[in-house]
Amino acid sequence: MFRQAKWDEPLVFEMGCEGRVGYLLPEIEDRILEKVGDIKLPEKILRKKEPNLPSLSEVEVIRHYTRLTQMSYGVDCGPVPLGSCTMKYNPRFILDVVQDRRITNLHPLQDESTVQGLLEIMYMLQKWLAYVTGMDYCSLHPAAGAHGELAGALIMRKYHELKNQLDVKKEIILPDSAHGTNPASAAMAGFRVVEVPSGEDGCVDLDALKSVVSESTAGFMITNPNTLGIFEKNIREIANILHSVDALLYYDGANLNGIMGYSRPGDMGFDIAHINIHKTFGSPHGGGGPGAGPVCVKDRIIDREKGISLKDLLPGLIVEYENGKYRLVKPKHSIGMLRSFFANTIPLVWGFTYMLMLGSIGLREVAEHAVLNTNYFLESIRSVRGYTLEYGENLPRKHEVTISARVLNDETGVTAEDLAKGLLDRGLHAPTIYFPLIVKESLMIEFTESETIENIDKYIDALREMSEVAYRNPMELKKYPQNTSVKRVDNVKANHPKTLAPTWRIYVKRKEGVNV
Amino acid sequence: MPHPWIPNSSESVRRKMLEKIGVNDVSELFRDIPIEVRIDRRDWDNLDIGLRKPISEIVAWRIINEKLSRNRVYQPLIFLGGGVYPHATPSVVKYIVTRGEFLTAYTPYQAEISQGLMQALFEYQSLIAELLDMDVVNASMYDWGSALAEAFLMSLRVKKGRRKIVLPKTINPFHREVVETYVKPHSIEITTVNYDPETGLIDIEDLKKKVDRETAAVYVQNPNFFGLIEENAKEIGDIAHDSGALFIVGSDLSSLGLLAPPGELGADIAVGEGQHLGLDLSYGGPYLGVFATKFDMELVKQMPGRLIGLTTDNEGNRAFAMILQAREQHIKREKATSNICTNEALSAIAVAIYLSLLGKRGIIELSRNIYYRSHYAYKLFKENGFNVDLFKSDFFKEFPVNFDNVGIKYIDIHEKLLEMGIHGGLYIKPWFVELGETALFAFTEIHSADDIEKLVFSIKEIVEKRV
Repeated sequence: MFRQAKWDEPLVFEMGCEGRVGYLLPEIEDRILEKVGDIKLPEKILRKKEPNLPSLSEVEVIRHYTRLTQMSYGVDCGPVPLGSCTMKYNPRFILDVVQDRRITNLHPLQDESTVQGLLEIMYMLQKWLAYVTGMDYCSLHPAAGAHGELAGALIMRKYHELKNQLDVKKEIILPDSAHGTNPASAAMAGFRVVEVPSGEDGCVDLDALKSVVSESTAGFMITNPNTLGIFEKNIREIANILHSVDALLYYDGANLNGIMGYSRPGDMGFDIAHINIHKTFGSPHGGGGPGAGPVCVKDRIIDREKGISLKDLLPGLIVEYENGKYRLVKPKHSIGMLRSFFANTIPLVWGFTYMLMLGSIGLREVAEHAVLNTNYFLESIRSVRGYTLEYGENLPRKHEVTISARVLNDETGVTAEDLAKGLLDRGLHAPTIYFPLIVKESLMIEFTESETIENIDKYIDALREMSEVAYRNPMELKKYPQNTSVKRVDNVKANHPKTLAPTWRIYVKRKEGVNV
Repeated sequence: MPHPWIPNSSESVRRKMLEKIGVNDVSELFRDIPIEVRIDRRDWDNLDIGLRKPISEIVAWRIINEKLSRNRVYQPLIFLGGGVYPHATPSVVKYIVTRGEFLTAYTPYQAEISQGLMQALFEYQSLIAELLDMDVVNASMYDWGSALAEAFLMSLRVKKGRRKIVLPKTINPFHREVVETYVKPHSIEITTVNYDPETGLIDIEDLKKKVDRETAAVYVQNPNFFGLIEENAKEIGDIAHDSGALFIVGSDLSSLGLLAPPGELGADIAVGEGQHLGLDLSYGGPYLGVFATKFDMELVKQMPGRLIGLTTDNEGNRAFAMILQAREQHIKREKATSNICTNEALSAIAVAIYLSLLGKRGIIELSRNIYYRSHYAYKLFKENGFNVDLFKSDFFKEFPVNFDNVGIKYIDIHEKLLEMGIHGGLYIKPWFVELGETALFAFTEIHSADDIEKLVFSIKEIVEKRV
């Protein structure tokens, strides 16, 4: 039975005692002190009040944070089948690789001649990602999936700008099942967002799409398979519709894990694609990053005379190989830098090593087992009372499946959130809930290739058991969770203007009755 | 062959699962993919990725080790900065952030099972708030450049209708490029303020001319790109506020044991680079974009990024939760304050542990260490006849050295240094042509007196041999 650690762990501000130190800095050499003398800085730029930081010994710090890890939960602890998040196992060997000081001690402005080994790794990764996606060129620059999307939307913008049609190309279309980052990225790139509804099979409704596509359409952003886990079978036709008005097709790579070896965005007609290294290629999520979101393009011609194509618009710095040397190059019409330096190198080396160790054949097997796990789960959950498949009843799913607890909710009042908390109580991380927005009481489940059949069975048993409890005594489910570090968290209080406490100093002021 | 990362890849398990689904072969689960968008299995398997077949750790290490052997590590003899610097990482930090419970966790959407992770992030927010003397800190942006870009976008939302942002010529040029990329789609005027050629600091008269009722925000970077301390920062903030603009301050976080934090300077928004607090350089990342504001709901509501708050569970026990999510993309979609989702959470936790270890004493000692070591280098350069007085302002961590009159170009000095196992400073002519053959040299707590002497005397030797 699952029992999470429940430490009454104070905050670092409530621990330690004045005068303790947790880390020694080097003593400043006498000859330095003698030569430099006293610190002479203008009074007005000196810090007036010492920072209110705690004073802890090294032992206290390590115990404190060890306890905090014990009240956390990752893939190393058990299944985390969050849909669209691709929480797969992060191979420990690669942690050894990325901690090598021949990577961690390299400065991003170091001479290229001194980092040839790393640049070769990045060069090969650019190529491999292009192969996997069926695209022609990749930039490793973006730091996360949404950052890659922003890059993609800015590439669309630049494409239309170079074609002198930006004044009409104002809209980006996306399906109503899209990830929230898609519309947000499009808006950050200055576009209006137009949503197109899904059809009964859960895929883009072609008629609806045709009715919103116009001369003002700049681009279309979509995942394939979509967030229901269904492959958009009309993708070629969708591409044709968009291309007929000179709009670009953007592939959100969040769901790539379920099609490797079978279909590639480049072959589907996409012009731009991003890849989440921290999803498909095994780098850990770290509780919310770091990730890496390389963006790839087809070499689509923009201006034949001037010799400009989409690859010239890529962001950041691209690794090129010439005369036996690797070097970093800014594409000639680049959309620019999206972060200060090269890229999130550590997750990228992680992705490189993952791909190296699996090879093309291993990557195909990854996708096959991810899809096998999804459909095995789907087959078993079908017969459980209260859960339904809202779209595409007879279609196989790919990387994930979205089920609905709508019937259970209608008949018992139990919500997707209650089920999520019940899963936590059983030591199983909840799926993504209430997303996509087109499915009521949705549970979006992605086991990835990393999950054992035993754990998938356990998951099904838990959902079945909770359904039975719901029909017997629905109030029982409202008490979940009991076995986690805390009981159900009070989100209303957390967000109320009178009790909102985003930092310790605000919390303390409130406690002392100071008006904040 | 079964694979260790794919538990269901053994023949018997796979067979059992296929039978349950009612298909003979796994490829049937892909039958709905239209033939015209499929890739033939042989074509895929022949793609030149890795060695095509899975390989062992033993073989993989041989391949990777060969590549890494072609990288050259100079630490501690590397004096390169330009926004990120060689700093030391305490072993405790590395140990905690590689524990699987943190390393392999997702974003804490399920609060009850993620309390430890959220407490660590809340501590990060709270510790940085104390260091910056600001009230609200988000759970991280990608890096300083992107944090600054989002700070400007935020100021345009807060100061609706104003279409101008003001930044100094002496901002880090790598940050400027990111700002330009982010604001470009929004038809914003970027106004640049000159620096005073004598002090190297923001030209206050020029600033006064350029800040007006159209200005949404004024930015100061302290120390500036040259490493010089913007001693008039507070006055600049007053000028911004007088015009109704927001005041954004970017600080070198390792300086804040000594220098005035953004809060004391009157900043509305503060940004910075968490890398300065013990994160590895790692050839570009992951780093940590620090982003903070005052506790003013008009500002907080427009903040980008994730926030963790302190609350209780329904039995009244202390608990942590993600707060003000209605600003974020998964709720607000195209109306969100930013598109950021995955951020740099683990870097934030690393910095929380770093600040817990250093504490009040440690952070002051860190700033002192850097101040003394960089000033020792300055004096040594000066004593040996180098021009280190391009400007008359004091500096922290980094300062410019001019090589116009040494009879040899900086690039040649640089090449020679590399041969001697030393990585020199950052050549800044591409951005500041008016300063001639000038490079910035950076010094941190990792550089001993011996290291610094080795640098200066090696340069002297190179120059003397050539003259």
